[in-house]
Amino acid sequence: MLKTGGHIDYQTEVITVRDVSKSFGENHVLRGVDLKLYNGENLVVLGRSGTGKSVLIKLISGLLRPDMGTIEVLGEHVDELNEKELQQLRLKIGFSFQNSALYDSMTVRENLEFPLVRNKRHLSRAEIDHEVEDVLDAVGLLHTINQMPSELSGGQRKRVGIARTLILRPEIMLYDEPTAGLDPITCIEINGLINEVQEKYKTSSIIITHDLACAKSVGDRIVMLLDGKFERQGSFDEIFDTNDERVKPFYDYNFIT
Amino acid sequence: MIKNIQRTLIELANIHRFVMRFYREVFMPPYEFKEIIRQCYVVGWKSLPLISLTGFITGVVFTNQSRPSLAEFGATSWLPALISIAIIRALAPLVTALIASGKVGSQIGAELGSMKVTEQIDAMEVSGTNPFKFLVVSRVLATTISIPILSFYTAAVGLFGAFLSVNQNENTSFRVYFDQVFDAVTFLDMFSLVLKAVVFGFTIGIVGCYQGYHSSKGTEGVGRAANWAVVMSMFLVFVEEILIVQIIQAMRA
Repeated sequence: MLKTGGHIDYQTEVITVRDVSKSFGENHVLRGVDLKLYNGENLVVLGRSGTGKSVLIKLISGLLRPDMGTIEVLGEHVDELNEKELQQLRLKIGFSFQNSALYDSMTVRENLEFPLVRNKRHLSRAEIDHEVEDVLDAVGLLHTINQMPSELSGGQRKRVGIARTLILRPEIMLYDEPTAGLDPITCIEINGLINEVQEKYKTSSIIITHDLACAKSVGDRIVMLLDGKFERQGSFDEIFDTNDERVKPFYDYNFIT
Repeated sequence: MIKNIQRTLIELANIHRFVMRFYREVFMPPYEFKEIIRQCYVVGWKSLPLISLTGFITGVVFTNQSRPSLAEFGATSWLPALISIAIIRALAPLVTALIASGKVGSQIGAELGSMKVTEQIDAMEVSGTNPFKFLVVSRVLATTISIPILSFYTAAVGLFGAFLSVNQNENTSFRVYFDQVFDAVTFLDMFSLVLKAVVFGFTIGIVGCYQGYHSSKGTEGVGRAANWAVVMSMFLVFVEEILIVQIIQAMRA
């Protein structure tokens, strides 16, 4: 079901991307991209593989630097921050990786504790345990607390990955292909979790995906990355109400085949 | 040809930046003491069985190989002095470093390489942790601390192995043997062992970390990182051995 978006504050931009370009050698991935994320909004970025969707959120989180253009996150210019300032800003950004990126030498508990003990050194052991159990409960995986990542299923790994980002109570969530490689039932559960996170933790989110069911379920607004630029944006129906040959196959593949 | 030179220069610049970043970050808080101790355990304690075996065999074999030459001059009584100088000045730090290059260097290269490929390093970075400090600084410090300790241990095990051989063939007692061993060793010999071991330890750590941290995407990249970590650190250990020997010889003169 498409979301209504009644909770969004359109007066406050939490992320503003202006005219950003990024190339890797001769491969010009992003060519003057503009994007705004409003407070409380779930924004879906659609696009084919290799079109620079993941590059975009890596630029937003400061993992990569743009060749041109500016990126403002929560009022701060990411490309002008030094390492320490960037580290502080990142505490307000949760990044859920495509393959979950769980630390495979640590248990689920240690994975979740890791950002907490390093960034909130004043917390007592009991407070850390409480925080860890609280976010694991929120993603419905409290029973896996002492397991190793290798013992978890793909969907469980995604959930633990999301829990790890939530433990620092971020204001912004960046999801990189949250449903990639999962079965349809687990996809529906993950989509539900993304919406629950938005409601419970009052986050604003960018969701990178090429899964239209996911886009339809979690997106307040959808933008489509075509040839290195955002050429279409709007609601799900607006995006696909077109005869554009670069767009139609997306819809046809997901809903007709 | 020009492209190869260009690529080599870029690689050298990257290595220089990596090493400089280590020196910058090693003195800046927060300090990851717990991780350094954990890495010392991984590097030092877990290498003990292999180091023990290698050190012992080196002592026995070196003694058995040296005996015939000395016997020609009726000078087998010099064996303890010869062995102690060879083991402490050269064999202990070199054997330890070569074993550690293979065992520890490849492990660090593969571990960091796989973390890089699976975006675990990026995950650390976006969760407000400095991955360089947590992963690189702790591992380089651990190898720099552990290799000298392991080198002393290798020397002790090697000298003990040599004693067994000397005791069996020359009937030299434990006390006489070790009196001769320590009489032959000077402060400069011990300093040479420590200096070499510290330099070798730093090299093994930094090369392994550099290869892993800059591993390219894919499992092939992880394998290449582990392989290059071993090849480069072994090569550099030999180059450093030659340079340090020249410096120590100059100091001796």
